[in-house]
Amino acid sequence: MDELNKSEIKNPNFEIPTMAQMAAEGKQPEILFWVGCAGSFDERAQKITRDICKILHHVSISYAVLGTEEACTGDPAKRAGNEFLFQMQAMMNIQLLDGYNIKKIVTGCPHCFNTIKNEYPNLGGNYEVIHHSQLIQQLIDEGKLKAEGGESFKGKRITYHDACYLGRGNEVYEAPRKALEILDAELVEMKRCRSNGLCCGAGGAQMFKEPEPGNKDINMERVDEVVAINAQVIASACPFCMTMLSDGIKHRDKDQEIKVLDIAEITARANRL
Amino acid sequence: MIGQIVFLIVLATAIYLFSRNVGRIRRNILLGKDTDRSDRPAERWKTMARVALGQSKMGKRPVAAVMHLFIYVGFVIINIEVLEIVLDGLFGTHRIFSRALGGLYSLFIGSFEILAVLVLTACVVFLARRNLLKLKRFSGMEMKEWPKSDANYILIIEICLMTAFLLMNAADYKLQTLQYNHYIKAGSFPVSSLLTSFLAGQTSTLVAIERACWWFHIVGILAFLNYLPYSKHFHILLAFPNTYYSKLEPKGEFSNMASVTNEVKAMLDPSFVPTAEAPGRFGAKDATDLTWKNLMDAYTCTECGRCTSVCPANITGKLLSPRKIMMDTRDRITEIGKNMDQHGNDHHDNKALLDDYITREELWACTTCNACTEACPVNIDPLNIIVQMRQYIVMEESAAPASLNNMFGNVENNGAPWKYSNADRFNWADK
Ligand code: SF4
Ligand code: SF4
Repeated sequence: MDELNKSEIKNPNFEIPTMAQMAAEGKQPEILFWVGCAGSFDERAQKITRDICKILHHVSISYAVLGTEEACTGDPAKRAGNEFLFQMQAMMNIQLLDGYNIKKIVTGCPHCFNTIKNEYPNLGGNYEVIHHSQLIQQLIDEGKLKAEGGESFKGKRITYHDACYLGRGNEVYEAPRKALEILDAELVEMKRCRSNGLCCGAGGAQMFKEPEPGNKDINMERVDEVVAINAQVIASACPFCMTMLSDGIKHRDKDQEIKVLDIAEITARANRL
Repeated sequence: MIGQIVFLIVLATAIYLFSRNVGRIRRNILLGKDTDRSDRPAERWKTMARVALGQSKMGKRPVAAVMHLFIYVGFVIINIEVLEIVLDGLFGTHRIFSRALGGLYSLFIGSFEILAVLVLTACVVFLARRNLLKLKRFSGMEMKEWPKSDANYILIIEICLMTAFLLMNAADYKLQTLQYNHYIKAGSFPVSSLLTSFLAGQTSTLVAIERACWWFHIVGILAFLNYLPYSKHFHILLAFPNTYYSKLEPKGEFSNMASVTNEVKAMLDPSFVPTAEAPGRFGAKDATDLTWKNLMDAYTCTECGRCTSVCPANITGKLLSPRKIMMDTRDRITEIGKNMDQHGNDHHDNKALLDDYITREELWACTTCNACTEACPVNIDPLNIIVQMRQYIVMEESAAPASLNNMFGNVENNGAPWKYSNADRFNWADK
């Protein structure tokens, strides 16, 4: 796994455009990149955010982020039962998005993706929403993204962990796998995959509280499945899964052998972005 | 003649009792709140055809799927035979269809017999899985006492019914070969003809066996019919409407509460005039706060445990079991219905679904992962009940776990679930 550790992480050497800036210049981006709270604040997830920007920049899509204007979609509040707070967040975000006349959104998080795509329309927010794994799939299909010039994943054992709100929640099973298929790696599936996938343990606001008493943490149950199939890389597509899986791998002392990487990070590395 | 009268009385009583009990369950389901599931009828019919009629979600567990298919097909098709039995009983005829159908009749009876053997086999395998192999899916804290016996009773009753059916045919067949009385040659008996050597040769004994099995079979079926409303076996009827009224939206989508939308709009825009009335209560404390679809789900539950066996919380030893959520909901709404019958509609027993049946520890263990709803063979949605009960705890009682209250505070004040300042939200771009 040395190569994986070696490949240096380059920070973006380009400006990341914000909506406010673009609007001031009278410009309208093709797509809004909705970063999400984890992608904005969590150090590990920030790397994924930057890699998504690198991909957008690399294929010259005109995009922008909301920067400090973005706020939580309300997903954790809604799943925890706080419908008031959720709808407050939703309506403020819809006002903001509509103010900028946003039509198309790519999100870096399955929870934001699900909430904006499915739960905002009924509150008046109608956008075309895709998750970054779907964007990557589209770019691959269009021939705009290849797996060339960067790190080789050839022959590596890679498994993909389905995020609940991408997989079962919205039936996006193929897009992230598509991004892995072009790597020429050895793709292995865990026993519980696709619609049978096992949750990482973070959803439904569990991320923000201690688990209830039990005999094992859910992320350990999942990580043991990864260890059992001898995967070298777990690909994930959700910043919360990223945290849960990384913690679990560390807890099992496997962080030298097994890397947890987001689909966007793998794509960026394979293309040396 | 006496036989016909007795039969008519038995049949009428069975149908009366059955419709009364079904009426009670219907009334109980309608105690739930309204929710509109009348949209997209074409898609609904398709879902029902696929999931209920076509058993599409059973395939994930092949052994159970095949065995269940035997019983399902067996029951549906053998019921054609029940029609004949009922007509014979009423008109005092014997094998009334045999004349009209001619050669086809042999085909019918022949296939019924083969199906009966398949049903018998499946019931024996199911009994063994439950009681000898002790599959984990069939145990759990909610699977004690009644639910545990219920499953076994059903299988044993089915075995008895099928045995009586085959024995009846065997005696009949032997009488036919003896050309005794009205036992005219009718049908083909691929299975029961093999049993004839075990039966006595005397015609009077044979007639007695044939009659006894005939009565046992039909009275047994009528009794079983009346057992359904008290049993998880009720799913054989409710599976159809329940899948018809399935949630058609993506699983990740939780519906928005219209009553909250009104209040939030009024908060953001003081000039806003709400259109709908505020509800009596946000979220669900008792079974009557749930929607009728939640309650229909509860009565449809087969207690198969597919949901619980894939629930990440349950797998890792937490108290939560989605099957228990459904069974508790059913038991509670049944209790409320009983109270109404016994003490009048306004009676209150000072109990509720929350705390008396479902504990908070169970509710807070859910990751909203939708594994349960994906696994359920009859499209039941335990997650929806869990979320409505969380809504009650949070919005009516403000009693969420402290860490979640912190998270709410952060979202409200900083626009993020963590305690970071909004001003730092874009710092990732500079790192
Ligand atoms: S949604 Fe909740 S109850 Fe259903 S399987 Fe997931 S954790 Fe269990
Ligand atoms: S809810 Fe569905 S999966 Fe769970 S026990 Fe009932 S029928 Fe089975």
